[in-house]
Amino acid sequence: MTDMTLQRAAGEVRTDTAERVAKGLKRRYAAERRFRTYGLIAVCTALSFLAILLISIVGKGYTAFQQTKMQLEVHFDESIIAPNGTTDAAALAKADYNGIVKASLRKTFPEVKSRRDKRALYGIVSGGAGYEIYKMILEDPSLIGQTKKVWLSASADIDVLIKGQIDRSSPETERRVKDNEIAWVDRLAAQGAIEKQFNTTLFTAGDSRDPEQAGIWGAVVGSFFTLIVTLAISFPLGVMAAVYLEEFAPRNKLTDLIEVNINNLAAVPSIVFGLLGLAVFLNFFGLPRSAPLVGGMVLSLMTLPTIIIASRAALKAVPPSIREAALGIGASKMQMVTDHVLPSAMPGMLTGTIIGMAQALGETAPLLMIGMVAFIVDIPGGPLDPATVLPVQVYLWADSPERAFVERTSAAIMVLLGFLVCMNLIAILLRKKFERRW
Amino acid sequence: MSEALETTIEAGPRFPAGDTEDAPVKITARNVDVFYGDKQALFGIDLDIRKQKVTSLIGPSGCGKSTFLRCINRMNDVVDGCRVDGQIHLDGRDIYDRKIDVVQLRALVGMVFQKPNPFPKSIYDNVAYGPRLHGLAATRDETDEIVESSLMRAGLWAEVKDRLAEPGTGLSGGQQQRLCIARAIAVSPEVILMDEPCSALDPIATARIEELIDELRRNFTIVIVTHSMQQAARVSQRTAFFHLGNLVEVGDTEEIFTNPREQRTQDYITGRFG
Repeated sequence: MTDMTLQRAAGEVRTDTAERVAKGLKRRYAAERRFRTYGLIAVCTALSFLAILLISIVGKGYTAFQQTKMQLEVHFDESIIAPNGTTDAAALAKADYNGIVKASLRKTFPEVKSRRDKRALYGIVSGGAGYEIYKMILEDPSLIGQTKKVWLSASADIDVLIKGQIDRSSPETERRVKDNEIAWVDRLAAQGAIEKQFNTTLFTAGDSRDPEQAGIWGAVVGSFFTLIVTLAISFPLGVMAAVYLEEFAPRNKLTDLIEVNINNLAAVPSIVFGLLGLAVFLNFFGLPRSAPLVGGMVLSLMTLPTIIIASRAALKAVPPSIREAALGIGASKMQMVTDHVLPSAMPGMLTGTIIGMAQALGETAPLLMIGMVAFIVDIPGGPLDPATVLPVQVYLWADSPERAFVERTSAAIMVLLGFLVCMNLIAILLRKKFERRW
Repeated sequence: MSEALETTIEAGPRFPAGDTEDAPVKITARNVDVFYGDKQALFGIDLDIRKQKVTSLIGPSGCGKSTFLRCINRMNDVVDGCRVDGQIHLDGRDIYDRKIDVVQLRALVGMVFQKPNPFPKSIYDNVAYGPRLHGLAATRDETDEIVESSLMRAGLWAEVKDRLAEPGTGLSGGQQQRLCIARAIAVSPEVILMDEPCSALDPIATARIEELIDELRRNFTIVIVTHSMQQAARVSQRTAFFHLGNLVEVGDTEEIFTNPREQRTQDYITGRFG
């Protein structure tokens, strides 16, 4: 076509084009508005689900941060605590502290006579109250022989009653707390001897059958040891694998296969890793059951692909110009990697690692397979001690029938979510701080 | 320098100078073919590069001039599927000899890239990296000295002497490129390769680099790839014109620009194609 005909064609078309564009414009803008609305709806839906989740957890769980205590006049009876006069820990541990608590209750409510009523009366304080007295004496042996007003934990039922979670107007037979118990508690309350105090037990104790004595500290320590093991295994392995695959490995069918399999590994259901851990670590290598060491090993299998994929992405993001600069000045390949590529990629790798760790912290299923689901009262002292972890603790408590465990389950979830939020926050801050624009 | 290098100096073949110029030949390329996978990028290049002269490689995009430049310090080694045939000799040593260590070669043949690429480290560390790497400076004082003299020769010292600890990436584009030149000369190479060093810079920064190239010529042999014919005319003494992977013509810059032997050269420098 010559220039002339081109010009003529353009001239004819011009007015026509403008009209057509104008006609379509309205439709285009409408489509754009619709598209944006859909996006907004999606975001709002997701946010509202999150809000519902948080509100229900916090709403159920906030009461767990308080524990009902009752003040009783306790006689630290020398004849019970130290009948032989010895006050070393071993001798003290043998004494019948629950007897002291019972005696104190009998003194406070002298009108209670029948055996049945007495048993009910003893039930208003926690089964662990004796242990609380034992701890007081350990701290201050001079208490022996004295009579003193002390705060003891109320039993879970009374705790629930005081927190208003039991309907007093419902018929007595449908209540866990009977009328006479309510009367005793009300009398104590009238004397100012009932108080809701901050629940330190929740943060300092291990698991317990009694909700008022149960805490998450054991699970927190277990999670800590497990994550340390996971980090120690998966970070170096993941980074080395990523560096090798990204910087040194030749591009061929074998490395393609490895890459595909690493991506597949990231999608393997976590319970499968648990079964693998059971078969290999426990049955073949004979490592101890319920131990954070094994838990950490299983979880590192699970987080490895995440770390490798994130690390490779971080390495890929390092611009080739930096590699060329290093090579051009005569750095060997390893020097190029260690001096320039790794430092530049490290924030990205750390971010990926923290996200992998957060995943591992929230993982339950594989740990069930290797026995970390056991009921463990003691706080683990090392990665070989039997332990449980936070999400498993949540699972265990959620399974318990007692009403008082409901709020504690939610409280444990809040703590777990708190840890996760902190970890993700660190990841975001790291990324922000070290983010480099090339 | 390793013994391997020393011995090959004697053993390596020497090629006669390609033309009648009196300056000694630093780099000799004979029959160089380069393949990227199945695709051939360079066809039988024969080229002599003279000592302490600036040789510019010109030609339209994709003509293979950068590819040739990257053969001289074997940067093509890191490109997957790249194969170099033929011979390139540096002072009579075959740089593609098995006995030649590529790390040593790159200490002798420095490179400045198209886009300024300082390391994300301090200005000082950028320059000191090479000398440290090759063990050229034993003490802190020696390193300081090398850094200062390199920055001075790169014409950057006055601008950065008070902020050597600041990151090199914080400098302006022109300063970054001069920092990269300082980094390259800090290891005292014999040859400096420049791959379109001014293409990302404004005219003022470009003028600054061009002046610098002219000064550096006294100590170094420089090969520069450029898209700007004016730049080639301004900075170089020798010019090689590449087209479609072939070396069309090489000669004194003045001659190439005023009286080219080949029609294709004539067409390119007068802007008829490219």
